[in-house]
Amino acid sequence: MTVIAKPNKRPKWQKMGAWGYIALVLTTLLSIFPFYWMFIVASNGTEEISKIPPTLLPGPRFFTVVNNVYEALPQFNQALINTFYVGTVVALAQVFFSAIAGFAFAKLNFRGQKFMVLFVVLTMMLPSQLGIIPLFMLMGWAGLIDSLGALIVPALVTAFGVFWMRQVIDAQVPNELLESASIDGAGVFRAYWSIVLPIIAQSSFVLGLFSFLAVWNDFLWPLLVLNTPENFTAQVAVNQLKSSYAIDYALNMGGAFLSTVPLLILFVFVGRRLVRGVMDGAVKG
Amino acid sequence: MSQATVAKRNNKPPSPWKSANPNRKINNPGAVPSLNGRWGYMFTAPFFVMFLIFGLAPIVYSVYIAFFNWDALGTQEFIGLANFSELVADTRFWNAMINTFDIWLLSTIPMLVMSIGLAAILHNPFLKGSTFWRTILLVPNITSVLAIAIVFGQLFGRDFGMVNIVIGALGFEHVDFVQGTTSSHIAIASMIVWRWTGYNALIFLAAMLAIPNELYESAQLDGAGKWKQFIYVTLPSLRNTITFVLIVGTIGGLQVFAEPLILGGSFNGGDSGQFSTLTLFLFEQAFVAYKWGYAAAIGIMITLIVAIVSIINFFITRRLAGAHK
Repeated sequence: MTVIAKPNKRPKWQKMGAWGYIALVLTTLLSIFPFYWMFIVASNGTEEISKIPPTLLPGPRFFTVVNNVYEALPQFNQALINTFYVGTVVALAQVFFSAIAGFAFAKLNFRGQKFMVLFVVLTMMLPSQLGIIPLFMLMGWAGLIDSLGALIVPALVTAFGVFWMRQVIDAQVPNELLESASIDGAGVFRAYWSIVLPIIAQSSFVLGLFSFLAVWNDFLWPLLVLNTPENFTAQVAVNQLKSSYAIDYALNMGGAFLSTVPLLILFVFVGRRLVRGVMDGAVKG
Repeated sequence: MSQATVAKRNNKPPSPWKSANPNRKINNPGAVPSLNGRWGYMFTAPFFVMFLIFGLAPIVYSVYIAFFNWDALGTQEFIGLANFSELVADTRFWNAMINTFDIWLLSTIPMLVMSIGLAAILHNPFLKGSTFWRTILLVPNITSVLAIAIVFGQLFGRDFGMVNIVIGALGFEHVDFVQGTTSSHIAIASMIVWRWTGYNALIFLAAMLAIPNELYESAQLDGAGKWKQFIYVTLPSLRNTITFVLIVGTIGGLQVFAEPLILGGSFNGGDSGQFSTLTLFLFEQAFVAYKWGYAAAIGIMITLIVAIVSIINFFITRRLAGAHK
């Protein structure tokens, strides 16, 4: 997929000019800078950066600031663990439910199929905050307020995931394979397990990653349903630092940095797959 | 039962997994006919059950409470369309609407131009390190809006923010990116642009890679240079993708709230509501003022606006497509 059009086949393409590279380097700097700046502020302290011109180099105070973060919110590590837990559960559930539903929508013939797919597509268009008040009430009735369950249960499956998986299975799994399997006596489950699943493993992984990232970065809903610090997610914890002090940039950025580092580490390993996922989805979607 | 059927049965026992009637109506042209379609209901049931409970039911209930004076303490009084008539007369609502569209315009146009430009650069097969550049483009998209809004809030700070230091060094007055209306919109739009330009560039790049090379060849035969090829081959081929990005961007853009929420530190969207957005206004009414009925009415209005803008988008691009052909 990452293979681009072969240059030698079309010699008429003009060579990359220097301007192209300049634009890309500039984009790279702009993309990286806010992350770098988080670390600069967190390692220098608020006073150091409140100078003109401000320092652009890392300072010596990083661990002091980290200490301050843990002093202001001793549950910060717990928050990271909570987020990791919720993200993993949601990612696994979304992949599982989306893949079986997507498989049915792509490859099975049943009444109402067309209408159901249309229904899925239409629901993707609805703004997510439309039902947020009743959802909040629902969580109250279910006794899930101030528990991680309030983050997990409503997120187990999304219309987006189902639609995405349908597109993936439609495009990647050849009907002939399924036909020949069923001629050999394989039923729907067997066909799904031994043919569809291995083919869509890569795309499922990408969907899982995106679900995980969405959970990690979700901000308002956890803020609404979580109250006690033991149950905070990373974003709520960072927000807590913000509200508990008059703007202490070093503390805020220290928290933001700590909550971002796990994502950056993850990205080093999976970045290329995410890129492929975005580009694959674009062509089919 | 005829002999033939019996013989066939003996030959191969009917699998309960196999389709009972292979000649039944085709509902899904892409389906595999020999697989028993009835399992489709079971495979899609978890999605539909969960969606009905946590997706559709809250939305329907939301429409219901929009007709009530309904608050968090237990007041539930049917008031018909009063929430909507109050909303239409509410200057905060129109203010939020103008702000939302202003931020949307300020973010969408630069983002479209820059992401198509970046995609065009990455489209060149002579580019070295293309995988690296593509990966870099996605980096801004993975972080949380909260973390980024904290950083941008500092960078746009009035006294010691990097942006103002640069503005000051160029000999201009410092700009207050929180108190001003347009300036706060620019600050918010820049966060959105930073986050989504690379992502959209990848989408445009995928669409460009799908353009047949023959189109460029024949354009070259006609003597079209690099720029003309871009205008007459690349851009027209991206029409569908531009529609897609615009519609998705509009749905997202009309729901912007996290950036202004963090920039201002509260749900009111600035001291005079100068960067209050529609969704922020909804959340303020729902979770600060606890006017749930009123907030539900705002949610319905947002949905209607999203639908109208999406339809307009769709028809404009269709019209443009027709004009070109």
